[in-house]
Formats: sequence, C-alpha cells, structure tokens
Amino acid sequence: MSGNGENMKSGRLDVRKTYKMLIGGAFVRSESGRALDVNAPGGKWLGHVCRASRKDFRNAVVAARKAASGWSNTTPYLKGQILYRAAEMLEGRATTFREVLQSIGLSPAAAKTEVTQAIDLLVYYAGWADKYLQVFGSVNPVSSPYFNFSVTEPMGVVAYVAGEKRPLLDLVSGIAPIVAGGNTVITLSTGRAAVAAMELGEVLATSDFPHGVINLLCGLREELVGQMATHMDVNALVTQGADAKESAASREACALNLKRFFPREANGKGDEDPYRILDTVEIKTTWHPVGG
Amino acid sequence: MTETSISTKGSNWGYAPAPESADHFKLKEQYGLFIGGKFVPAGSGKRFATINPANEKTLAQIADAGEKDVDKAVKAARTAYDKVWRKMSGRERGKYLYRIARIIQEKARELAVVESMDGGKPIRESRDVDIPLAAAHFFYHAGWADKLGYAFPGKSASPIGVAGQIIPWNFPLLMVAWKVAPALACGNTVVLKPAETTPLTALLFAEICQEAGLPDGVFNCITGAGSTGAALVKHPGLDKVAFTGSTDVGKAIQKSLAGRSTKLTLELGGKAANIIFEDAAIDQAVEGIINGIFFNQGHVCCAGSRLLVQESVEQEVVEKLKARMEHLIVGDPLDKNTDIGAINSKAQCERIRDYLKVGQDEGAELFQTKCPVPEKGYWVRPSFFTKVAQSHRIVQEEIFGPVLAIQSFRTLDEALEKANNTPYGLSGGVWTDKGAKIFKVTRGIKAGVIWANTFNKFDPSSPFGGYKESGYGREGGRHGLRPYVELS
Repeated sequence: MSGNGENMKSGRLDVRKTYKMLIGGAFVRSESGRALDVNAPGGKWLGHVCRASRKDFRNAVVAARKAASGWSNTTPYLKGQILYRAAEMLEGRATTFREVLQSIGLSPAAAKTEVTQAIDLLVYYAGWADKYLQVFGSVNPVSSPYFNFSVTEPMGVVAYVAGEKRPLLDLVSGIAPIVAGGNTVITLSTGRAAVAAMELGEVLATSDFPHGVINLLCGLREELVGQMATHMDVNALVTQGADAKESAASREACALNLKRFFPREANGKGDEDPYRILDTVEIKTTWHPVGG
Repeated sequence: MTETSISTKGSNWGYAPAPESADHFKLKEQYGLFIGGKFVPAGSGKRFATINPANEKTLAQIADAGEKDVDKAVKAARTAYDKVWRKMSGRERGKYLYRIARIIQEKARELAVVESMDGGKPIRESRDVDIPLAAAHFFYHAGWADKLGYAFPGKSASPIGVAGQIIPWNFPLLMVAWKVAPALACGNTVVLKPAETTPLTALLFAEICQEAGLPDGVFNCITGAGSTGAALVKHPGLDKVAFTGSTDVGKAIQKSLAGRSTKLTLELGGKAANIIFEDAAIDQAVEGIINGIFFNQGHVCCAGSRLLVQESVEQEVVEKLKARMEHLIVGDPLDKNTDIGAINSKAQCERIRDYLKVGQDEGAELFQTKCPVPEKGYWVRPSFFTKVAQSHRIVQEEIFGPVLAIQSFRTLDEALEKANNTPYGLSGGVWTDKGAKIFKVTRGIKAGVIWANTFNKFDPSSPFGGYKESGYGREGGRHGLRPYVELS
C-alpha cells in the first residue's frame, strides 16, 4: 500500500486507494458495509479492505453463474490469449506489486520472486488452455460400431479459498487452472493477502476477462468457507491451507450437493501442474454410431 | 387370419417357452465370506437367504458379515497389499487379470444363469451383456497393469492401498468387474461388498479368483446388508472407498469420510433425458426409448427414464411406443424370449408401485401394457406417464424401474433446459438425423455419458460416470484408472 500519508516535502497530500472487491466486473464494497483493518507486520496500520458477507458471496455466485456459459464456450485460443493478457498486465504493474508485497511484510527479494513467478504462472496456464483437452481427452476403441470419445468440460462455478503465505501467488496459482479449464471462479483472500488480491482485481479487470468470470472477495475465512461449501449453485470448492477441522467440515458440507472438493496444502508445490486443470473439469463421453 | 393381420399383430402367434436350463451346475446350500483366499463363516454365525425374485424361492444361505468380519477382511487385504501385491510387477499382476477374464468366459453360461436367478434379469441380457462385458472389463484392465506410465503423462503412478468397494444389485457381476479390475490393475487390494439381494455371482467370482491362483487377500468379499457396508466404510484401514448406489447413501458416505484422508469415488443415481427430435428416424428412436427405459427392468442408473419428444411428433412417438410396448414379454428371467424380467426385490417392487401411485396423485396419466405376469414373484408391467410437469416427483426422482415420464418440447433450447433441470447428470440421449444438432445437444446436456442415436451402450474402454449429484470419478477407459492411483 503506497501513498499512505502526506508528502511533507511537496506539501501535497497523496491520493489513497480504496480497495474494492471485484464482483461481476464491478468494483464494489461489501454490501454489509463492513471493513477490516490491514496492518503491516510491525503493526503499522495500512488501510482498510472489505469484509465480505455471505450475501456478497451469493451475489458473486450469481455473477459467476451468469458468466459460466459464455466463458465455457469461449474458444480455447481466446482463453489462452486472455490469460496471457493478464500476464502482460501484471508485468506492466510489477513495480507496484513489489511495493505492495513489501508493504505487507515480504522482503524485497521475496516480493520480486513472487511477482515474477505469478506472471510466469499465468503464461504457463495460458499455454495450456488449448492443449489440455488433447492430453486429457481420448478416443476410445469400443468393440461395437460407434465412434466413442471423451472430452473435458468445465464444471461450472468454482469457489477458491486462497492461502495467505504467498499473498499474490497463492491466489494466482488457484485462479489460473480453474479459469483455463473454462470455469468461472469466486475467490476469497484473507488477512494481509487481501491487499494483493484487490490489486490483482485491477489487473484482471483490464485483461479482457468477461465480467463475472473472476470474482474476488476478501474477508474472514471462518465466516465464509462454510457458505462456500454449502452453496447449492457452486460446483466445486478448492481450498488452500485449510486445517484439519476446516477440511473435515468442508468435505462434509460439500456432500449436500456433491460439490467436488479439493483441499490443497499451502506449500507452493505443484503450482505448475496441468492435473490441477483436471481437478475442476468433468469428463464427458459421447457415443456416436458409425455406419449408414 | 389374413396376411395383413399376421404382419401387424405378430403377438397372435405367441412364443413357446424357451427356458435356459440350470442343470449344468449346482449352487451350494450356503456360502461363507471370502477372506484371505478362503471361505469362512461369519463370526456371529448369522446368515441370510438370497432368493430368486421370479419365484420367491431361496437359492442359498449367505453369511452375514459383522464388524469383526469386516476388520478381518481389511487386514487380509492390507497384508496382501504390503507383502505381495504392491511389490509384484505390473506385468505379473496383469497376467492374473487375464486369467480371471478367461475363466469368466469359460464359465459364462453358469454365471449368466445364476445372475438371472439371483437378480431377476432376463437371461438374454445376462448372457449377451453382463457376463461378456465383465470378462471384457478384466481383459481390458489386465493390459493396463504394466502400462500405467502411459496413462498419466508427466506423472508417475503408484497404487493407493486397500480399497473398500460397495456395489449395487442391478448388474451384480458387471459391477464386480467395474470395481475390481481397475483397482487390481493399478496395484490395490480390495474388500468388496456386493448387494444383499444379489451376492451369488460375486461369490462365484471369489471361486474364480481361487481358480486363477490370485494371491490370498488380494480380493476379499464380505456379504451383508447396509450395516455391513457401513462397517466397511467406517473401517480406518481403508485408503479408498468406491461406491455405486443411491445418491442418498453416497452423500452419507462422503459425510462419514469427512475428517479422514480416505479417497472416495461415487457412481450414483440418474434421471436421464432421452431427447427425440422431429427429424429423427422415429422407428429407430422408439427402439431406443424401449432400450433406454426397459433394459434390465429399468434398474439402470443411466436409464433413459425421461422422454423428451418434440411436440410435432409427440403423438406419433407415443402411439408407436404403446404399440411396441404391448409386444414386450414380461416373465421368467430364464426364458430366452423374455424382454423384462422380475423386479429385483420385494422392497424395490413396492417402491416402484409407490411411484406409480405418486405419479397419478400428482395428476399425471399412467399407461401400462396389458401383458400377463406370473403370480409368484415381483413384477411391474412396462409403464409410462404423460401429462407430467417438470416439478413432478416422477420427473425429478430416480424410480429405478420400468417407468418412463414423457414430456414434450418445441425448441432445442427448451429440450436442454428440461434435460438439465434435475439434480442428476449421469447420462442422456439424443435422436436426430442432423449431425450438427447432435453435437450441439451432446455438448449441452450436463451429464457424463451421452448416447447419440443409441442408448445404454457400454464398453470397458469407455469412461462412465456422472456430473452433479450423480457422483464423481469415472469407471472404464484411461480415465477410470485415475481413482485407483496416486500421482507424483
């Protein structure tokens, strides 16, 4: 968070940024009007972020569902280009992101590494957008006169809970495979990571993602994860860094509509892995007769 | 009788009974649990009867496994996994599966007859579908055992451990094959619980494992009802649970596994839409509707239990369907002329009859054929409902019987909207002469298996499994291996 005070030398007051969430392509505050303080590691107050409510999450699901069919039918080539554009936008704001990450406690070296890795990860998944179907789909040699093939299809709307350890990378490594797979997503960022997430919203909003494809919330994990797991119009829940208690509760709650549930550890392993795309796609098999 | 009346009223000719003989083998009076390569009685000494639903006669007494038996079976599977199976090369594992496939083929007749006696399905289906497909499933997966590196590009695959598998009564031996073949091919060991109304072919399969020389404990079979299944799922020694059955039980299993690292795949209910467009080959489509809903008495999770027919051909399709249904023969499962066998159990028969009542109470119009049915046993005549609304229970809920709900539509979009408007997503069908329309519809149906101008086709190389509340995971094909491996 830069521009946090008065520049005494010039006598000019900095214009601060109001951090807003991204829902359905619009930058919004929480409908609840609530905010959370964000402090630097030393305790210095940095500013406010929204504290999303359950209603905000429901609104985001509506936006994500509305966008789901369009995004799923977007050509793989275009999906790849849009993900690549996000990398371009992030690269262009790399300096800002390094400053933001440092303000919330990362060392300059760690901040730099995280930003470059996040950019490269977007490029990595941009490249997968028009290839994973070839790797994971199949033509099946059935013993009857049918042309039988299996393709991947997006699950639909996915909720993602990001860890805090790598404020930018934990979020990007979750979003990229989900949207590369043709799903729309609602993310939750918490604690200090919320700041990086809200900055990322500005990158994503200028990357040609159709409104509602990526929706970014920030707030309290314990307040929202249960809602994400029980929502009847969410197809999958991916969480990062959940403790045993949260994972158990989520797995149980996801049984309500048999939402797919993927708890991932927050160890940063496997960021680059096309099998993560496979987590949030379904396999559809079609039988088509061969003959007159 | 004029020639015309012969060709249009073929039923006048009737069919002489053509029963398959059951004298070439003898069932034992009682069967034990198959644990560690041996048949053993249940610790409690309890047994239950498995009956022939076509005549309500007892076929054999079956051991009723309790918690201690489940524990023994899981431990036997663990020992076999640690000491033998995980260490064996994929090549050798595969050879055991090939042996099993061959023995199933050799005993095909016995297995088919027992399947029809225990479960009520027509011998034609056991003989031509269930048993050959079960053998094919083992043959297909045998070949994967030493080629798993090619199934998961960029990854190395290793087995998960001990799998607990619970299967339903609608395709007893075929479900054994769907569950056991991929699990064993990938290097896991198995504790299987067949359904309490159809345990016999799973127990004959245990004998086949003995004949194949499969190492003790690699395959274990525990028989019993829901409580046996619950004890299996609860057992902390399982690394993986695979369940095929109802959505309610599937959800309960997922809940009971919360807080454990045990992996889970679920193949659950369905309410598939079979969509007939006006440009379809109507006679062919009518055959497809028949096959979709009356195959195996409608005891099929992927059954085409909802017919969506384009308004312009609705009357024609319904009339032809009625005429065709009147020719279906309901009766002795062992008769080679039988089209529709016995309902699997008394409980299921009552459940279907409840739905027939519910449908009428909700205002739908019931049509049932007039064919005779035997006095003893459990039977439901082929049935369909018209004048149904999307919200009706007979449209939303899985009946698992020979009962079809018919709705009409005007546009393709309306058909898709209706097709997708249930919590399920297992399968679907589309009938049209237009290739482009086929692809639009098959893409639009949110379900795991879609048949175009056909229905209810299965193959070991073809992945099967659902979207939404029809469960997750695939069985068959390369994708069906994924639930049985760890990737690194």
